[in-house]
Amino acid sequence: MTTLPGSPPAGGPELGVDTMDLLRFATIGSVDDGKSTLIGRLLFDTRQLFDDQLTAIETASERRGLGEVDLSFVTDGLRAEREQGITIDVAYRYAATPHRKFVIADCPGHIQYTRNMATGASTADLALVLVDATSGLREQSRRHICIAALLGVDQLVVCANKMDLVGWDRSAYQRIADEMESLAHRLGISSCTVIPIAALHGDNVVTRSDAAPWYDGPTVLDALESARAGGWAAQHGVSQGSGARLPVQWVLRQPGGGRGYAGMVNGGPFRVGDAVLVLPQGARTTIRAIETADGSLQRAEVGLSVSIRLADHLDVSRGDLIAAAEGAPKVTDTFEATVCWFQDRPLTVGDRLRIKHTTRVTPVVVEKVTGIFDVNELRVVDATELRENDIGVVTLRTATPLAVDPYEADRITGSFVLIDELTFATIAAGMVGPPRLHD
Amino acid sequence: MDSAAAFRSPQDNSTTSSVAVRSGGSVTALVRPVEHPLGHLDLLESLAIFIIREVAAESERPVLLFSGGKDSAVLLHLAAKAFKPGKIPFPVLHVDTGHNFSEVLDYRDAQVEAEGARLIVAKVQDSIDQGRVADPGPVASRNRLQTTTLLDAINDHGFDAAFGGARRDEDKARAKERVLSFRDSFGQWDPKAQRPELWQLYQGSVRPGEHLRAFPLSDWTELDIWQYIRRERIALPSIYYAHEREVLERDGMLLAISEWVSPEGGEQVRKETVRFRTVGDATCTGAVQSSADTVEEIIREVSASRISERGATRADDRFSETAMEDRKREGYF
Repeated sequence: MTTLPGSPPAGGPELGVDTMDLLRFATIGSVDDGKSTLIGRLLFDTRQLFDDQLTAIETASERRGLGEVDLSFVTDGLRAEREQGITIDVAYRYAATPHRKFVIADCPGHIQYTRNMATGASTADLALVLVDATSGLREQSRRHICIAALLGVDQLVVCANKMDLVGWDRSAYQRIADEMESLAHRLGISSCTVIPIAALHGDNVVTRSDAAPWYDGPTVLDALESARAGGWAAQHGVSQGSGARLPVQWVLRQPGGGRGYAGMVNGGPFRVGDAVLVLPQGARTTIRAIETADGSLQRAEVGLSVSIRLADHLDVSRGDLIAAAEGAPKVTDTFEATVCWFQDRPLTVGDRLRIKHTTRVTPVVVEKVTGIFDVNELRVVDATELRENDIGVVTLRTATPLAVDPYEADRITGSFVLIDELTFATIAAGMVGPPRLHD
Repeated sequence: MDSAAAFRSPQDNSTTSSVAVRSGGSVTALVRPVEHPLGHLDLLESLAIFIIREVAAESERPVLLFSGGKDSAVLLHLAAKAFKPGKIPFPVLHVDTGHNFSEVLDYRDAQVEAEGARLIVAKVQDSIDQGRVADPGPVASRNRLQTTTLLDAINDHGFDAAFGGARRDEDKARAKERVLSFRDSFGQWDPKAQRPELWQLYQGSVRPGEHLRAFPLSDWTELDIWQYIRRERIALPSIYYAHEREVLERDGMLLAISEWVSPEGGEQVRKETVRFRTVGDATCTGAVQSSADTVEEIIREVSASRISERGATRADDRFSETAMEDRKREGYF
């Protein structure tokens, strides 16, 4: 049996501070597949829920005349969500086992809340996919798995849920496993584990179930504890090796003159003495010093907020990018991109918007709409506009050049959002380059 | 009262202060058994600093909301780190209910001065005197009244972004909120129409009259806060540590005897060893029985606690199932 992790370690000389890593995961599934119930069960069985929270859930369940405690109320916290029994927006929950802190993004399954699902999945290291074993993989789940994969999530833990309702039939599990494995392969996902569970009763969530003797793989908690962690941006940039980048957020003036360029490192570590380019200008220099509020560093790791001092006096301001000279990103004002469109009005050629890429905001125009991504066929089909919740391939032209990497090489310099010029609302998420697919 | 006695640095009373978690100020010196060189506190700190710099750069007139509680202490510390060697490039706003623990006010003044920031105090009493809100009486909680005072202050000063120390683990409505949370020209939050917020692309443009709330501590838990306070040796108001105090029990909570809280109908005043898990309006912030008087003991206590932070200490969240959502919709912190 899996050890109940309970609370993070109490006591011990280090009080758990330096030995924990961080795994972010997002839940994916269609309406009523049981996502929120699974998260509720996971938190309940690992004793992450407080007594007063449990009491509040019991009261809320009773008030609605539900026969038993509705664990989905753990994450469905909004009034409208409880009334309708659905998830509208992402709920973030936190759990910890002795060596791992989990940030859980419980995402909505409804198609009209795809923008919220994408919000939760964009920073995930792993997606926890729920599939109802009584009905199999639905189109809406395929869409969300595709979005997660396009967003660069390359670890899946798939739960074949409600196995009790199909009498723990192995063939029902196998159908889902086969379909998921072929989908995962096409989408270039590196790891896909399929687990038969009954979230409502807790089978194979934290505790191994006797109901499926034919299954000898991990429980959901086992799979989450053994997944690759480390911070989504960090992990992605490093594993793909885009090279070190620092989008400049703020210019810190040093006492006695000089400038420090503040931002977060991504794509690879910077070292003092490294040759770098300042983009989009293209000026070449070297790193003179790397500083934090805690002192100077010789090497700045991916994911760290630092300020960098350069050897030469250059005109560098917010929005510029400091990048390792070797393998620097491309500077361009026109590029192809994969876009998730969140507006009810369609996106068409000639539309004028604003783009936020790293720390730069600039006007942008849609030059070309190539097509939309068909989640069933897993290919791009011709289209002239993107409708709400479509994923499409477009060509954009920006007012000032941007230093971009393909999204699959770098999740920071390869991503952007589109902004409505009038309302300033965020209306699309974009990734540099076409969708990445494997044959 | 000597303000130095009103708050303590964890260093002063640490029984294991020799346990240095950093050596030579270099985070690369950390020895970690996992593949990634940064631990969870490093990543939380770095992202919070990133968010603070991003909002400061994109907004015209940001402000940092500071209550004197532990979360706002961490927030102020992070803001200072984000702009070192410079000063924090925005003022600090305290919405003062008038029902304060004196230790907290002393602490507030000392901390803000130490960081070289400018303090603005917006008083609920002024809102009452101006007839902006009805006076609920001298001893009633002024927690909900703060919303009007806060929104008036944001309006009067033209602030377009307000940093807050709220965490998503505090409450189920907060668990749903974006890091950058949009407020319309009435100060309202619409939980059904939040802006998509992908990657680290915090997009904070607003039109005149609208503003943003920015929550850099969104992904921190109560335990993370305490571990970070320990690591960074952040001073806190002394009421966070165990001390003897006269209290009475009301609605299942221990309230401190003060100018505004006195026994009613048979309530007994007794001396207890207590500490506070949160700091808010003194009339509705409960103390917990505790002997934890060092940051290490508090970390152990928080790790083992079976009651959530707000469940233990906030009467204002007990009104209804969606008390926090309702207050947030109106423009509360």
